Amino acid sequence: MEKLIVSPSPHVHSGDSVKKNMYGVIIALLPALAASFWFFGLGALIVTLTSIAACLLFEHLIQVYLFKRPSTISDGSAIVTGLLLAMNLPSNLPLGIIIIGAAVAIGIGKMSFGGLGQNPFNPALVGRVFLLISFPAQMTSWPTPIISRTAYLDATTGATPLSVVKGGLISGTPLSELMAQIPSYKDMLIGTMGGSLGEVAAIALLLGLAYLLIKKIITWHIPVSVVGSVIILAGIMHLADPEVYPSPTFHVLSGGLLLGAFFMATDYSSSPMANKGMLTYGVGIGVLTVLIRTFGSYPEGVSFAILIMNSFTPLINKYIKPKRFGEKPAIQKAYKN
Amino acid sequence: MLKTFSLGGIHPEENKLSADCEIEVLPLSPVVKVPISQHIGAPAQALVKKGDIVKTGQVIAKSSGFVSANIHSPVSGTVEKLEEVIDSSGYRRTAIIIKSEGDEWEEGIDRSPEIKREISSGKEEIIKRIAEAGIVGLGGATFPSHVKLSPPPGQKCELLIINGVECEPYLTGDHRLMLEKGEEVLIGVQLLMKALDVKRAIIGIENNKPDAIKHITNLSKDIEGISVQPLKVQYPQGGEKQLIEACIGRQVPSGKLPIEVGAVVHNVGTSYAIYEAIQKNKPLIERVVTVTGKSVKKPGNYLTRIGTPVSDLIEAAGGLPEDTGKVISGGPMMGKALSTVDVPVAKGTSGVLIMPDELSSRKPVQDCIRCAKCVSVCSMGLSPYLLMALSERAIWDSAEEEKVLDCIECGSCSYICPSSRPLLDYIRLGKSKVGQIVRSRTTQQQ
Ligand code: SF4
Ligand code: SF4
Repeated sequence: MEKLIVSPSPHVHSGDSVKKNMYGVIIALLPALAASFWFFGLGALIVTLTSIAACLLFEHLIQVYLFKRPSTISDGSAIVTGLLLAMNLPSNLPLGIIIIGAAVAIGIGKMSFGGLGQNPFNPALVGRVFLLISFPAQMTSWPTPIISRTAYLDATTGATPLSVVKGGLISGTPLSELMAQIPSYKDMLIGTMGGSLGEVAAIALLLGLAYLLIKKIITWHIPVSVVGSVIILAGIMHLADPEVYPSPTFHVLSGGLLLGAFFMATDYSSSPMANKGMLTYGVGIGVLTVLIRTFGSYPEGVSFAILIMNSFTPLINKYIKPKRFGEKPAIQKAYKN
Repeated sequence: MLKTFSLGGIHPEENKLSADCEIEVLPLSPVVKVPISQHIGAPAQALVKKGDIVKTGQVIAKSSGFVSANIHSPVSGTVEKLEEVIDSSGYRRTAIIIKSEGDEWEEGIDRSPEIKREISSGKEEIIKRIAEAGIVGLGGATFPSHVKLSPPPGQKCELLIINGVECEPYLTGDHRLMLEKGEEVLIGVQLLMKALDVKRAIIGIENNKPDAIKHITNLSKDIEGISVQPLKVQYPQGGEKQLIEACIGRQVPSGKLPIEVGAVVHNVGTSYAIYEAIQKNKPLIERVVTVTGKSVKKPGNYLTRIGTPVSDLIEAAGGLPEDTGKVISGGPMMGKALSTVDVPVAKGTSGVLIMPDELSSRKPVQDCIRCAKCVSVCSMGLSPYLLMALSERAIWDSAEEEKVLDCIECGSCSYICPSSRPLLDYIRLGKSKVGQIVRSRTTQQQ
């Protein structure tokens, strides 16, 4: 008989792997990707492919030539970053800018910290915010859905619902008038509005979330706490003054909130480990989003809110521990027969 | 909704291949090797020497302290020698080697199949006889049973919980015992209730054994104080603390024993052994062992004498399959991989699981991606990724603060990790280091 293998327990494994999780996220993004192709056509295709290819290339080059380690591009995480970066860009962004964004996302956002699992910030958001600050004009011109399907750089552009409302409120227009200028909630749900590739179609994002939850790639804590706290805070403000503060429905459907809550805030290494920590972090993102959207100078605040809360993650992990077994008072109820 | 414990948990493939196989009696082995340390606590002291003639059921090694257990000869024959043999832990430990001749039993042991229902022994006598019969926890923990029946002064047991969960995948011995020896098990439960002086006993059984739930519920209908609690299938529900919480909603505090919340837990197999010890005067010399595995020709449940080599069990189940990679004593989650099949069956051997080669090796370890899955499955509410990192870097004081000693070694964290990280290996290291530090601290204070 050959030698028996001896190793400590457990002797079985769930079969889960890094790849399964990463490709799972990619599958979950497919509905939103399909929606972006539907609304923005050619431009969306070019932006997505460029972003993914550039992320893969940069990760490969850094890993192999700088770190002298085997390439990690097959684990799928660079594709996720590329896809998420694309989802956060307008469909008429020039190639050069996309490539710069990918270089920042992978090079600074991910690899400079040591690669997968080490990054303190969501790499795609690092790339996106870098572009937003460096190329503010290109990053805030949004092609109009459907009619710009066959166009890329020359797409007709318009404003996003958030920027219409933000601009209008600053100039003193009452909210009820502004709401008439933007797409209906039904259109927002389906995605017929201006915006970045991945943020427009709420329904497609919800489908993706369902997949993530069913496959146990993420838990409900972060998405629910982000969206829930936005609804509650925006709801209170809206009740206080409906002419100045838009309704919670508007907040949830109009911009990148769902994309951020489902796919960006849930990035493994930049979000907390314990459930209570995730809830705290999620509420932080929700509250900051509403505050930035309402009082900040940018119409959209999700990306900044997530990055700010990313920076609190180590602190949250240090002070908010999982609920421990045995913390419940020993005898809290008498045993009933 | 079915009851279960509140934190974490996993649901591995159940693979209860031998659930429908009736318990068979394994033929006696010509030579048995009986280790003198088959329980938690001090090893027993051998009472026999080379050349002694022993009978089945005779005491051959004496308990050497309160936390220790007697050991009885599982066969009759001649003591060949005392020798160090490799046991299921992989260490060499002293064992009494007996050449079996015939099967002549000690006087006074009732081997008839009749069920003796009437309970005539009192509390003290039951505890004394359980100790004499060398009974230890047969779920795998092998803690001497009489110790658990003697609560420390000032603590009162309110109810008895019987573990019929068998949450380890593959294992079916307790399931078969409940089906085939249900009445005896219930008499054992009544004996335990008497020993503990409690009016209530709850038998926790997972919902993947509906036949056992039905059978035991029927049998216990007319017995006052005993009820069956069906539980949702969830590993590690067989862990004492998890089972208590699942059944009565109380959490045993960190570092404390179940008696802290008024409960004492015993296993179904132990209850059966206690029935035999008290009602039939039969010491613990055999147990049900499940032999199983996906490539095993004839998986089954065998009533096996202690000291029988594992290889005999494997033969009975159709021999070692071609593709064997690993042989495990116990279940896949908490069992121990054996280095040889000559290892003798001990009181704690609940199963022999044979894993095919392709499932035997671990996958390559990758970096932690901080997915938090290990945290969410830990039923003790620990942070396994952190405990591993602290153990790797030998930061023992933080590991202690992070409650590394609370870990029940269920293995759920290693099971779930997408990066296949050896979390529990490192946590075990941390547990033993921190344990040493805590012990030396308390001795210094004294
Ligand atoms: S399950 Fe594995 S990869 Fe995920 S956090 Fe735990 S140790 Fe890290
Ligand atoms: S082995 Fe320990 S740390 Fe890992 S899940 Fe089980 S109790 Fe938690």
